[in-house]
Amino acid sequence: MADEIRAEMVANVWKVVATKGDSVDDGDTLVILESMKMEIPVLAESAGVVAEIAVNEGDVVQEGDLIARVE
Amino acid sequence: MFESVLVANRGEIAVRVIRTCQRLGVKAIAVHSEADAGALHVRAADEAVLLGPAPAAESYLDMGRVLEAAQVTGAQAVHPGYGFLAENAEFARRVAADGLAWVGPAPEAIEAMGDKVAARAAMEAAGVPVAPGTEPLPDADAAAAAAARIGYPVMVKAAAGGGGIGMAAVDDEPALRAAYETARTRADRFFGSPAVFLERYLPHARHVEVQVLGLADGRVLALGERDCSVQRRHQKVAEETPSPGVSPQLRAQMLASARRVAQAVDYRGAGTVECLVPTDGSGEFFFLEMNTRLQVEHPVTELVTGIDLVEEQLRVAAGDPPALDPDDLPEPRGHAIELRIYAEDPKRFLPGPGTITRWEEPSGTGIRVDAGYAAGDIVTPYYDPLMAKLCVWGPDRSSALDLAREAVAGFAVEGPKCNLPFFAELLLEPEFVSGSYDTGLVARMRR
Repeated sequence: MADEIRAEMVANVWKVVATKGDSVDDGDTLVILESMKMEIPVLAESAGVVAEIAVNEGDVVQEGDLIARVE
Repeated sequence: MFESVLVANRGEIAVRVIRTCQRLGVKAIAVHSEADAGALHVRAADEAVLLGPAPAAESYLDMGRVLEAAQVTGAQAVHPGYGFLAENAEFARRVAADGLAWVGPAPEAIEAMGDKVAARAAMEAAGVPVAPGTEPLPDADAAAAAAARIGYPVMVKAAAGGGGIGMAAVDDEPALRAAYETARTRADRFFGSPAVFLERYLPHARHVEVQVLGLADGRVLALGERDCSVQRRHQKVAEETPSPGVSPQLRAQMLASARRVAQAVDYRGAGTVECLVPTDGSGEFFFLEMNTRLQVEHPVTELVTGIDLVEEQLRVAAGDPPALDPDDLPEPRGHAIELRIYAEDPKRFLPGPGTITRWEEPSGTGIRVDAGYAAGDIVTPYYDPLMAKLCVWGPDRSSALDLAREAVAGFAVEGPKCNLPFFAELLLEPEFVSGSYDTGLVARMRR
């Protein structure tokens, strides 16, 4: 089972915290977005292994864009 | 009075400053980023100058470009609004060095208040009460030792900070250590200084601030208080005046203290002295910080006093006498409430930009809307999510609340996310309606 984690809003990717292959727990921070002067952490929604981080620091993401997959 | 003023800001505050300039017959010059080329403040101004690309660091925060815009347009003064360069002492100095008037206090006053730790010490020396706190702390161990001394809960704060960024209230040592590291990172990133200090946290307190105005002749006036206890993420979302939690005696003490604070730094222009007022009935208050600029929520003070604070700022900067009579200040009349209309969802308060497909403002007696956007405008992810401020005035608090409910129902915004439904809820929330709320109100509503 893979969880696809998508952007909830238009934002800039400020920091990529997790890398492919990392083991993560539910609630761990994968990526930190920034929109309108706010840092918005994107969290893992289940425990697993990071299969993909689909964004790079400095990217602009649109609402619904894939950010990461956790398997 | 000046012939022309450059407004070094964007959004609702730029539009608001431009309106007063135009009423006074002063030419208003806007500056803007590429993303704001078609923005309302650009449309409202008499002239507009492009600064640079969308990121604030390359446009609204680029001192060289803002000063160049002032030179090119022959502006006589620079009004910084709030945020961006408004509390930047170096910018204030450079404006003056270019032979322009700075619409704000002297750079020395900005510096004295910009360092929160130094400001606390100066205020204590001036006989103003401050909450127990520390010097900047070099590491998490020092923070833990200091917190044990002050007693939990403690508030972690950036010494050079503001706007709630990096702030966190913590109950125990593990939380403190985590918050300390987060605050250092954020403070370094947002304010260019990682210095972090601790302050005793008052879990049951109101956030009440006093509007001051330092006149050109050196006199300092206190123009009443504002209650700013409705906060999410330690940031204000609604304000009102008078404060329902401040007695006449406490008000008199707070206003007198605020004048002492401002006089201690020889303050000129509009400024705000922020305090915490515990709700334990002790009648105490503690100085938090002074904002050396026009405050977001200044309209509620204007609504109950009839004073145009931007006009008074411009008069002080121009060396003109005030429009108000300092020897016969108006007694505040009635009650005013401000609601900050943000491009954020009403549940979790997360921002969401977008193109505004519908924008209908309420209007009528007692309603004032300070907007930075209109239908067709785009709320971009580059700047603060404040779209507008909905302000209402009524002869008393109960009628102001009624009018606020009506005005919120009559305000339609579609496109970006919008927190209007939160205000419909707030205005019916018994704790808010009763007036006996504190800074924990929004958190309790969302628990």
